[in-house]
Amino acid sequence: MSPIDAVHSAPIADTVVTPRFKRRLFRHVKERVIESILLLLALVAVATTVAIVAILVHESAGFFEEVSLREFLTGTVWSPLFENPRYGVLPLVSGTVTVAGIALAVALPLGTITAIYLSEFAPHWVRETVKPILELLEAVPGVVFGYFALLLLTPLLQDTLLPGLPGFNMLAPALVIGVMIVPYVASVSEDAMRAVPMSMREGSYAMGATRLQTAVRVVTPAATSGIVAAYVLAASRAVGETMVVAIAAGLQPNFTFNPMEQAATITAYIVQVSQGDLPHGSLGYQSIFAVGLTLALMTLGFNIAGHWLRKRFREVY
Amino acid sequence: MVTDQMATNLARLNVPPSVATSQEMTGTLKAEAQNLNFYYGGFHALKNTNLPVYERKVTALIGPSGCGKSTFLRCFNRMHDLYPGNRYEGRIMLYPDQINLLDPTVDPIEVRMRISMVFQKPNPFPKSIYENVAYGLRVRGEHNRGRIAKNVEQALRSAALWDEVKDRLDEPAFNLSGGQQQRVCIARALATDPEILLFDEPTSALDPIATASIEQLISDLKERVTILIVTHNLQQAVRVSDYTAYMYLGELIEFGLTNNLFIKPEKKQTEDYLTGRFG
Ligand SMILES: Nc1ncnc2c1ncn2[C@@H]1O[C@H](COP(=O)(O)OP(=O)(O)O)[C@@H](O)[C@H]1O
Ligand SMILES: [Mg+2]
Repeated sequence: MSPIDAVHSAPIADTVVTPRFKRRLFRHVKERVIESILLLLALVAVATTVAIVAILVHESAGFFEEVSLREFLTGTVWSPLFENPRYGVLPLVSGTVTVAGIALAVALPLGTITAIYLSEFAPHWVRETVKPILELLEAVPGVVFGYFALLLLTPLLQDTLLPGLPGFNMLAPALVIGVMIVPYVASVSEDAMRAVPMSMREGSYAMGATRLQTAVRVVTPAATSGIVAAYVLAASRAVGETMVVAIAAGLQPNFTFNPMEQAATITAYIVQVSQGDLPHGSLGYQSIFAVGLTLALMTLGFNIAGHWLRKRFREVY
Repeated sequence: MVTDQMATNLARLNVPPSVATSQEMTGTLKAEAQNLNFYYGGFHALKNTNLPVYERKVTALIGPSGCGKSTFLRCFNRMHDLYPGNRYEGRIMLYPDQINLLDPTVDPIEVRMRISMVFQKPNPFPKSIYENVAYGLRVRGEHNRGRIAKNVEQALRSAALWDEVKDRLDEPAFNLSGGQQQRVCIARALATDPEILLFDEPTSALDPIATASIEQLISDLKERVTILIVTHNLQQAVRVSDYTAYMYLGELIEFGLTNNLFIKPEKKQTEDYLTGRFG
């Protein structure tokens, strides 16, 4: 019991309990109950996370008893389902990095420009119309985008710019993922820019700056910490995006950074394998956890980098 | 007629009686508001206001909160153009050019390059001290590093900040104290050599020591630049200004030499406000 509780409850014991005190007591109990429920819910979330990490590590440990860390990290062939399985993760990493890299090259500039436009230039009604649409786009399931890449974008690219593009390739899904996360980058960045106080913009205008100068030289730097947060979240999503790549990139682990080839990413491999019926405890089954752990570590890396960048650019108004 | 109350006020404000008597309203006009009306959408915020602004003098705007002081000040650099629905009527003439600042053909950016502003709350940019002061030059397209460095140093000296920051020009301006930040903002406004400086309650967010240094600065600056200052602090108006205008409910009630206005206001309304505030 905290000292505050002691102070509250002590007089109740030896005074006449008036209705007012009763109400207070009731409110006190009610708050206690609500607090406990909230704490419990928070603990569920924490416990789930801990359990996930524990399972990842445990199953991966089994995997690394059979396959050396060296082979895993430096091998350039990933063929766990073959007669003679090989477990080099590099092809999955190269696929993931290529797809995510292209997606981010599309999403970050487009998202940032969209955010600058919406926050600093768009008339009120445009912003009020476009923002909900962007947020709606975020809710479109990945499968839809996957078939869009496979059935529309790849043929379109083949007919126009890239006649030699294979039917399964990394380029189309990467571009589609890029477009898919533009709304995400735009809406988080726009929130950050709108949080920049008007007084700072006025300071810039009062110096004779134009709208564009104010947006680029004052508002964007002032919103850096929020914009970086948007970038980190976007990077995590690009790396973690599963369905689009699984559908349109071909599911062939392929150690290449050439977006014109087919390949598989870490998450695409995970869905592929979990669809089959691998016996529980087999090496193939455990390999999912090993690559899953790899992915988790990559994402953790982004988040640490993002956290550091945000602290570095944190602005106080 | 100098009322007893007014005499007491003067004593409290340390105004020497010799200064407080007979001064001519002379000087060159730098700007003049003529029949200026201003509307926030449907709200008529300034009603037919007239005010001369004399060159290299400090003109103070006083009046109760919400009477339109900021609104009036922000007409001078067309700040109201930033928001939709605002409308000016009448003229603000700028001399010696004889142009009407409010004319729709006059580019507000042009106006703001000649008339700078310092705000109520220090609002430095998320940049280094140096880049804050260089900002106005950069947005004007100045690329010559030597010229920028020279102007930045001069502006920081004029803002009485150079000695405090000369070894830390690359540090973020946010690291400075409130008073120093406000002086960075003054230096930023000075770096482009404006003709008129607008101050909107520049010390209301500062402690007494920082306030005193800003007031000193304003008195020094009027050697070079015409100053229009809004203040809610009557002592401050007396200390720094040559002329004072009293506003009430969007109207400019009375304008005169600061000492005359404080000793012997012509309008009953002004006198009531001053006695109310001092008494
Ligand atoms: N953006 C605005 N829209 C509508 N009314 C405003 C706006 N800004 C100020 N006002 C109104 O205009 C009047 C004058 O305000 P202001 O110039 O800020 O007063 P002061 O600076 O003298 O305290 C007040 O009644 C205020 O409510
Ligand atoms: Mg004001």
